[in-house]
Amino acid sequence: MAKKRTIRSIPQQRTPAREQEPAQRVQNFAEVNCGYTLEQALNEAERCLLCPEPACVAGCPVNIDIPGFIREISAKNFRGAYDIIAKSNLLAAVCGRVCPQESQCERLCVVAETLQPVAIGRLERWTGDRAITEHWTNVPYIERNGFSVGIVGSGPAGMACAADMAKAGCEVAVYEAFHQPGGVLRYGIPDFRLPNDVIDAEIGNLRKLGVRFECNTLVGRLFTIEQMIDELGHDAVFIGTGAGYPSMLGVPGESLNGVLSANELLTRCNLMRARDFPNYDTPIPLGRHVCVVGAGNTAMDAMRVCLRLGAQKVCCVYRRSEAECPARAEEVHHAKEEGIEFHWLTNPIEILGDENGKVRAMRCVRMELGEPDESGRRRPFPIAGSEVELQTEQVVFAIGTNANPIIGQTSKLRLDKRGYIEVDDNLATSMAGVFAGGDIVTGAATVIEAMGAGRRAARSIKRYLRIRDFDEPRTEAGSLFGIDLNEQNFARIRLA
Amino acid sequence: MTEPDRAAGFEILKREDFSDVAYSLVVHHPRMAKAARPGQFVIVMLHETGERIPLTIADFDRQAGTITLVVQAVGKTTKEMQQSCKAGSVLHALVGPMGVPSSLTGRRKVICVGGGLGVAPIFPQARGFKENGAYVIGVVGFRTKQLIFWQEKFETCCDELILCTDDGSAGIKGFVSDGIKLAIARHRDIDEVIAIGPPVMMRACAETTRPHAIKTIVSLNPIMVDGTGMCGGCRVKVGDTVKFACVDGPDFDGHKVDFHDLIMRLGRYAAQEKTAAQRWSENCRMKDQIVPAVRASPSPIPTTSDLTRELLDHLDPFEQVLGG
Repeated sequence: MAKKRTIRSIPQQRTPAREQEPAQRVQNFAEVNCGYTLEQALNEAERCLLCPEPACVAGCPVNIDIPGFIREISAKNFRGAYDIIAKSNLLAAVCGRVCPQESQCERLCVVAETLQPVAIGRLERWTGDRAITEHWTNVPYIERNGFSVGIVGSGPAGMACAADMAKAGCEVAVYEAFHQPGGVLRYGIPDFRLPNDVIDAEIGNLRKLGVRFECNTLVGRLFTIEQMIDELGHDAVFIGTGAGYPSMLGVPGESLNGVLSANELLTRCNLMRARDFPNYDTPIPLGRHVCVVGAGNTAMDAMRVCLRLGAQKVCCVYRRSEAECPARAEEVHHAKEEGIEFHWLTNPIEILGDENGKVRAMRCVRMELGEPDESGRRRPFPIAGSEVELQTEQVVFAIGTNANPIIGQTSKLRLDKRGYIEVDDNLATSMAGVFAGGDIVTGAATVIEAMGAGRRAARSIKRYLRIRDFDEPRTEAGSLFGIDLNEQNFARIRLA
Repeated sequence: MTEPDRAAGFEILKREDFSDVAYSLVVHHPRMAKAARPGQFVIVMLHETGERIPLTIADFDRQAGTITLVVQAVGKTTKEMQQSCKAGSVLHALVGPMGVPSSLTGRRKVICVGGGLGVAPIFPQARGFKENGAYVIGVVGFRTKQLIFWQEKFETCCDELILCTDDGSAGIKGFVSDGIKLAIARHRDIDEVIAIGPPVMMRACAETTRPHAIKTIVSLNPIMVDGTGMCGGCRVKVGDTVKFACVDGPDFDGHKVDFHDLIMRLGRYAAQEKTAAQRWSENCRMKDQIVPAVRASPSPIPTTSDLTRELLDHLDPFEQVLGG
């Protein structure tokens, strides 16, 4: 082992990642962040103190052994680095790109007490990308256990759960309503943040584990959750359908032509390739001036997509101030670099149309911040007489989503007041053998949180099916009179 | 992109042409045939670069494991489907059944109204009502006699069938709303009217029944992308609320639907629709020419019959979007 690293001996500066220049990148859909080179990755890996009791791991929703993989990068055992990540996370290339590391692992990095934190996300991405280009796949020896698990939704929660269940030896089928798997990774996150080849590669890895993807399958309508257990022979079901149903603000003029949800804009552009219209048949509305309402990551994606589709001016309209903005700092920074105009403390009150029913302007009111509300953020109040009119031809709502009603309409699962699926601490729903996780339980959250939920649900499903889980440390609670309750041959009790 | 499990597609077993513009496709999908209920729809993608278009399920056969779609060739996708969908060919994507099924129980006497493209999808409703013991009055409307289809199918499940043609060449001369008036005059105890067709027709039906306070259900078919409640493109105003036709509908109370809003929103891609259709028909002609030495200047499509052209000229402009 090399000599011990100290805060003084490591490279003091965080290694910057290569990026496309703003002026150039708004003309294309290629990735903005080009990732580290080998030298850059090695340099950044040197910055990790390799703490024996790492704080960063606790910040990772899937608990990747972060110092472990960084140590392997430093030792130039790149395959080893990938193997360590893959133990906890099959989607290294995805998560390295879309995780909000600054509020997770990197926030807890010890180096950050003095210097900038180790760029854990960029190193994870570099390792994941290397695995794709080198065609590394970790297909462990899997002993089939005869169980079958059905997974509803092929987004991050479903993919994470599918990977764990397949590795445990179950036969896994993932049902997806769209014609391509990937969920929000495919329809929501644009190519300049997460290229399609990366998603394809990660899904390819799942297939190598034996996971079967069944697209064009709308669970609830084509068959119900109950039928999945009774007729399709699944021993357990995981529901990870996401939140879906986009919110509107409820101001006059929302049905004018040129008003749409960020979900619609992004789905048309990303999944349906409307940006290549008319080579692809799906059209997309094009406005020279676009206003996007909201300031989350989806809003940033929507605005940057509009720029790339050829909009001359794109504005962000948000009722709170920049300090409350829920998007990742990096996304806001990228958006600003690309020339997005931010209207903080501004709230739409009406969308105005022309005689043909097309949007021509949006009337807004200026806001000021009062006392913090239940979310801990300061509640905005309108300032009387401060109305302004923003000229715009298109209004995109990126103000969050509500629960998708289909599973609720078609099953007896217990839902909460807002229509999300009710689960206990183990992510078990009110129906035996049916588990749920991700946005359909919590409301809109992040990719990695959904993956974390998928993995937690997988652990619960293993316990429910009495599959021995080698990854899980044995706890006292798992043993009764010295009998290990996690043993596979322990009497299997199925609740009716 | 390689996606082995979606390369197969969905096989078309049979195709039937009703006229120069209307055709039916019988598609193999046993699971869907089993799950489908009257009032539901599917989303179809013809090929990998295609768009997703909603089509109402016109019929399903649980024994044969098939569903039937009736399509009117009005937009780029539906024209292309007319040209390329044959028995033995496949649809790239087919997902459904979507939407909340129609409620068909507890009615004693109903009128099932279908106009134009809505004639086919009203059939499963009429049959469903009949199976549940209701007295079913069918009102179906066509432009002219040559365009009539499925008359015998309707006769098997309707206690009365009122055929309407715009020119009077068959049945009564007039629109389906005239047919409804006739039925209401004959029967004083109608529980419900259910109408499917172009928005203007459904609006006319709702206005016809409003004075009589007869519950009127309309099946809306706005522009959709995913059909699963995710994009909100299909939002419609119903009374004071905004609903998503794909997951909250497609059936709504016709007396509460804001048809003006629906029609305006249906036109929002009209320009792009036209670009796509034009480009496609030009490409088709290019392919037809053996040696396209010089790019041909645009000229009318020579194969289109006079009847078709007349029909296309008279089409409700919003039906363009409806048909995809």
